[in-house]
Amino acid sequence: MYTRSILIPITFLLLTACGSKPNSDAASGDALSGNINIDGSSTVYPITEAVAEEFQKVQPGVKVSVALSGTGGGFKKFGRAETDINDASRPIKPAEDSLAKSHNVSYVELTVAFDGMAIVVNPKNDWCKDMTVAELKMLWEPEAQGKIKNWNQIRPEWPNEEIHLFGAGVESGTYDYFTEVIVGKSHSSRGDFTASEDDNVLVQGVASDKYALGFFGLAYFEENKDKLKVIGIDDGKAENGEGPILPSIETVKNKSYSPLGRPLFIYVNSKAGQRKEVQEFVRFYLNNTNTLTAEVGFISLTEQESADAKAKWEAFITSLPAAQ
Amino acid sequence: MSKRIDINRIKDNLFRYVGIGCTLFGLLMLGFFLYSVLREGLPRLNAQFFSSLPSRKPEEAGILIPLFGTIWVMVLTSLISIPLGVASGIYLEEYGKKNRLASLIEINITNLAGVPSIIYGLLALEIFVRILGLGKSLLSGSLTLALLILPIIIVATREALKAVPKTIREASFALGATKWQTTWFQVLPASAGGIVTGVILAISRAIGETAPLIVIGAMLYITTLPSSPMDDFSVLPIQIFNWLSRPQKGFIINATAAIIVLLAITFILNGIAIYLRNRWQKKVKW
Repeated sequence: MYTRSILIPITFLLLTACGSKPNSDAASGDALSGNINIDGSSTVYPITEAVAEEFQKVQPGVKVSVALSGTGGGFKKFGRAETDINDASRPIKPAEDSLAKSHNVSYVELTVAFDGMAIVVNPKNDWCKDMTVAELKMLWEPEAQGKIKNWNQIRPEWPNEEIHLFGAGVESGTYDYFTEVIVGKSHSSRGDFTASEDDNVLVQGVASDKYALGFFGLAYFEENKDKLKVIGIDDGKAENGEGPILPSIETVKNKSYSPLGRPLFIYVNSKAGQRKEVQEFVRFYLNNTNTLTAEVGFISLTEQESADAKAKWEAFITSLPAAQ
Repeated sequence: MSKRIDINRIKDNLFRYVGIGCTLFGLLMLGFFLYSVLREGLPRLNAQFFSSLPSRKPEEAGILIPLFGTIWVMVLTSLISIPLGVASGIYLEEYGKKNRLASLIEINITNLAGVPSIIYGLLALEIFVRILGLGKSLLSGSLTLALLILPIIIVATREALKAVPKTIREASFALGATKWQTTWFQVLPASAGGIVTGVILAISRAIGETAPLIVIGAMLYITTLPSSPMDDFSVLPIQIFNWLSRPQKGFIINATAAIIVLLAITFILNGIAIYLRNRWQKKVKW
């Protein structure tokens, strides 16, 4: 009697769980089928999601699924051939490459878009309009911890007020990339800053603190322009633009916003690359990435880069032995 | 003498107001949270939101897949964790000998209840996904969460069993009942309210978990509903987590709407727990 009363809610839940599948329209053109398994960076996820969404309309027979373990977590699965494609917001590391080699996984790296990293301050901050890469290094390197505390230690004319730092979480590709290009060593920075994997937390932090400085993806600045002020970055190299340069679609695209513009990649397993549906998916990815990336807040490749990526992919799949 | 009584009265009153303050603080926070979530998310809850696949456009995106994933995970986790947890609770409390090994097991179970959930994810990635070869399936996810809430269910079951007076068992034995008959016909019915409450609260916790499922590789973008325990899946908390981290405002609204759905599921489960507890409490009279 008691057991029956327990069973009722369970049966009810079981019944609710049996739903109907979404309608799948008839395939157009030469219909493909199969599964494509993608994992990796949460930064690249919105682009892959957009591509998968559109691809599904053209090839409803192919089941694309995308997870987001992060660039590093994704490479650990990619290196064991558990996934077909890995989204990455930084190039593969030597350790990850040797993991792949030890599991006989070979791959191709394709650049699919660009992301700019914005250095932002509070709109009430009227002194800081630009910084040099050297100044950023001095501020963020591990030795700065406990030493560089006030704004006037960076430039004497800036106020004698404590500087509050905000940055991407240490597990993110964004953090790796920032430390790589600013500090000079990946994954190495001072530890006394507010770190969050959720960029919206950083936006809130900088927007509510006059003496704050933070870094995160350009898309987050674009969506919160009214709450934040972006500053120009001077890399001290004349060949990619003199003086401080503000991040924008143009300056990231033409590489003058250096070194904080970064490429985003997908890595494709070569065994998966032999499969028709994967070949078609990557082709579709490269053909549509330029329109879709802008839609989800990233910066598209130039015509030339886009053509190069396509050529690289075609050359890669013709170099592979034919699928069984 | 009367002075000391006065001081004690003042202390008594003081504690009353501190207590009221503390209770109100929690309630106010909950009220504020509910208000802001409902205000932002409620207008977004329409048929389209419940029936749509993931999309890059916030207004076209929906929670069909993660909602069904959450229901599947809830059912499978219950099916795995309830028999295991309740049975081990009964064994430890009614059958097991009270020796040093038993207290060692007891300490470990209590410790397990406090292990961060991401650790279970790492364990599950190695054991279920890789060694047992279950892949990133619903079954792997449910096993992970079942593992996570098993200690909670065991502890709740034991506490509920402990609350049954010893005299009931002795009376049953005196009438010639076996241990199993005593447990099944006397102890379990008397403690069912407590056990069910513990189980349901544990499951409410499981459906709110994100971290261990992300570690085992639960999907986010997936376009087919799961039809067997071996299928890929996504769950509501992962979808909420991802939407919250996107820059576009529309996704934040989607996330709050999804939070309302998750809250509703949790409230319903808790409601069932309270109802069952009250029902059983009324029935059991010695």
